[in-house]
Amino acid sequence: MFDNLSDKLDRAVKNLKGEGRISEINVATTVKEIRKALLDADVNFKIAKQITNEIREEALGSNVLTAVSPGQMFTKIVSDKLTDLMGGEMTPFRPTGTPAVVLIAGLQGSGKTTFTGKLGLRLKKQGKQVLLVACDVYRPAAIDQLETLGEQTGVEVYTERENKNPVEIAQNAIAHAKKTGKSMVIVDTAGRLAVDEQMMKEIEAVKQTIEPSETLFVVDSMTGQDAVNTAKTFNERLNFDGVVLTKLDGDTRGGAALSIRRVVEKPIKFISLGEKLENTLEEFHPDRMAQRILGMGDVVTLVEKA
Amino acid sequence: EKSRGSFFTQLTKAVAGKSKVDDEVLDNLEEILVTADVGVDTTLKIIERIEERVERDKYLDAEELNTILHEEIAGLLSENQTEDVHGFSVPEDKKPYVILVVGVNGVGKTTTIGKLAAKYIAQGKKVVLGAGDTFRAAAVDQLKMWGERVGADVISRGMNTDPSAVAFDAVQRGVETNADVVIVDTAGRLHNKINLMNELTKIRRVMTKVTDGVPHEVLLVLDGSTGQNAVIQAREFTKATEVTAIAVTKLDGTAKGGVVIGISDEFKIPVKYIGVGEGVDHLQAFNKMEFVASFFNAPKA
Ligand SMILES: Nc1nc2c(ncn2[C@@H]2O[C@H](COP(=O)(O)OP(=O)(O)OP(=O)(O)O)[C@@H](O)[C@H]2O)c(=O)[nH]1
Ligand SMILES: Nc1nc2c(ncn2[C@@H]2O[C@H](COP(=O)(O)OP(=O)(O)OP(=O)(O)O)[C@@H](O)[C@H]2O)c(=O)[nH]1
Ligand SMILES: [Mg+2]
Ligand SMILES: [Mg+2]
Repeated sequence: MFDNLSDKLDRAVKNLKGEGRISEINVATTVKEIRKALLDADVNFKIAKQITNEIREEALGSNVLTAVSPGQMFTKIVSDKLTDLMGGEMTPFRPTGTPAVVLIAGLQGSGKTTFTGKLGLRLKKQGKQVLLVACDVYRPAAIDQLETLGEQTGVEVYTERENKNPVEIAQNAIAHAKKTGKSMVIVDTAGRLAVDEQMMKEIEAVKQTIEPSETLFVVDSMTGQDAVNTAKTFNERLNFDGVVLTKLDGDTRGGAALSIRRVVEKPIKFISLGEKLENTLEEFHPDRMAQRILGMGDVVTLVEKA
Repeated sequence: EKSRGSFFTQLTKAVAGKSKVDDEVLDNLEEILVTADVGVDTTLKIIERIEERVERDKYLDAEELNTILHEEIAGLLSENQTEDVHGFSVPEDKKPYVILVVGVNGVGKTTTIGKLAAKYIAQGKKVVLGAGDTFRAAAVDQLKMWGERVGADVISRGMNTDPSAVAFDAVQRGVETNADVVIVDTAGRLHNKINLMNELTKIRRVMTKVTDGVPHEVLLVLDGSTGQNAVIQAREFTKATEVTAIAVTKLDGTAKGGVVIGISDEFKIPVKYIGVGEGVDHLQAFNKMEFVASFFNAPKA
């Protein structure tokens, strides 16, 4: 089980109170607990350090030390800080153009194809004429996978089984979309590592050719410390517009989300919560994610009781 | 800038003639290990071990300390306890040798199966694959394509069928055709989904109806870029299926896969394979010292 941060903060807060006097040392201990919780939640090492330094400054700078309930105030500082770091407000997904083109990119197995299916279904339900495009020419049965999702959702899928050139396929798909009056085109691509130069060039070329109005970077919420490297490189190469966090139906804390947000400063636009296509795609709420990362759901209540 | 070189240089400066490792070195070691996904608790454990050794074998030079460091980290990796099985060989007395492959979604199970089958087939062995992922779109097609690519017999009942029945069929086919190895694929599942974990327990049980003692191996596939959640994955999959070996995939990227250190230590499960690419040849037998050394390598990106 995860060590619950709320327990630890609770203890630390009790210490703060018990001693009757609150010193920099108490704050330092509490801040250390927060840092460990962030690292346990997979927030990047350097970023966890920065964040905890900032929290320390804020705690010492504010009148937390003289407050009637320092624990409560401390908790609020942490909670506000993380929410703020997660992006404060929700950023809507509003692709433009006729057709509006959305490009999906990310590492292998992150959930791109599944997300493509889900987004297609959501947009179709909003009354859009949607076309999904199968540009993964590498993974065995990748095209079949997208076609199956298209069948399940009743959304058209564009494929060129003999063509091994994703740039051409994407281009032809857009032409097809125009001809058939589609309002939305979602382009699924092969998984790729940020260090795979050839594959990164390929997706850059796809992007240049189809000029998407939204490029979304899909990330597995269980990702560890490497999330920052990957997000940074994908962002440098694609200047993506938003992030999709997948597999949040698991029990991961999802600290990678915080790291990515901090490193690339792009909004998280969707969260994916399941393998099924129906009702598993949600908008992102920064405050909820902040609570999840620190396991703070019950911190507030604990502190209130204290 | 955290290359092996710079850390080593730092060690050299820090330890000469001292009986304690200085805090700066330990701080940097902490950063290297945590950044490799080793996790805070395991990192602290490693640091304690280093401190003890340095205390005991006073006045080490940097070279010695560096060796100890690698040894202590590698020491947490469980020995390969499954007798007989080393690298890509299978025990002669277990025929067919049955492997059940499990893990969360998208980690690389199906791909690892394809690569593993290719290794056995290259040794002249006969391999049967069971298409036990009957849920994810086109999962059966994916395994069939791997089967064709490497020359393995693929047993399937199609999509949306009972995976236990597929596992049963695959083992039975293996026995009937005198195959050397049977590998059963399963659908990716998150370990917090109780029904899906129970399904795995059932798959395992149904296989034994064909012949006793199967599966001989339960291979848990972990994505090398996964963070601390992998520890819980290992715990829950072990509960459901008695995992006997681990494969870590996607180590061709910048992720280090350090979380398996703590996992191997805590659950005494050997790491057997690493995946280093999407191609058929991109599977290697796990090498402890190389794996540990990679934490100290400069990032590739
Ligand atoms: N539990 C859960 N599983 C998911 C979610 N999104 C995707 N998956 C599963 O994750 C696995 C990988 O998903 P894909 O959509 O094939 O991932 P991908 O990024 O297209 O993979 P590649 O094309 O191979 O790079 C599949 O088993 C999906 O069913 C999610 O939100 N929750
Ligand atoms: N770079 C890299 N990619 C890998 C490796 N192993 C698998 N992959 C890729 O990861 C993605 C997912 O692999 P799969 O074998 O489909 O994973 P899975 O665990 O069977 O997925 P589900 O059945 O959907 O749960 C595919 O795009 C694979 O090509 C590896 O070692 N390195
Ligand atoms: Mg895909
Ligand atoms: Mg699979």
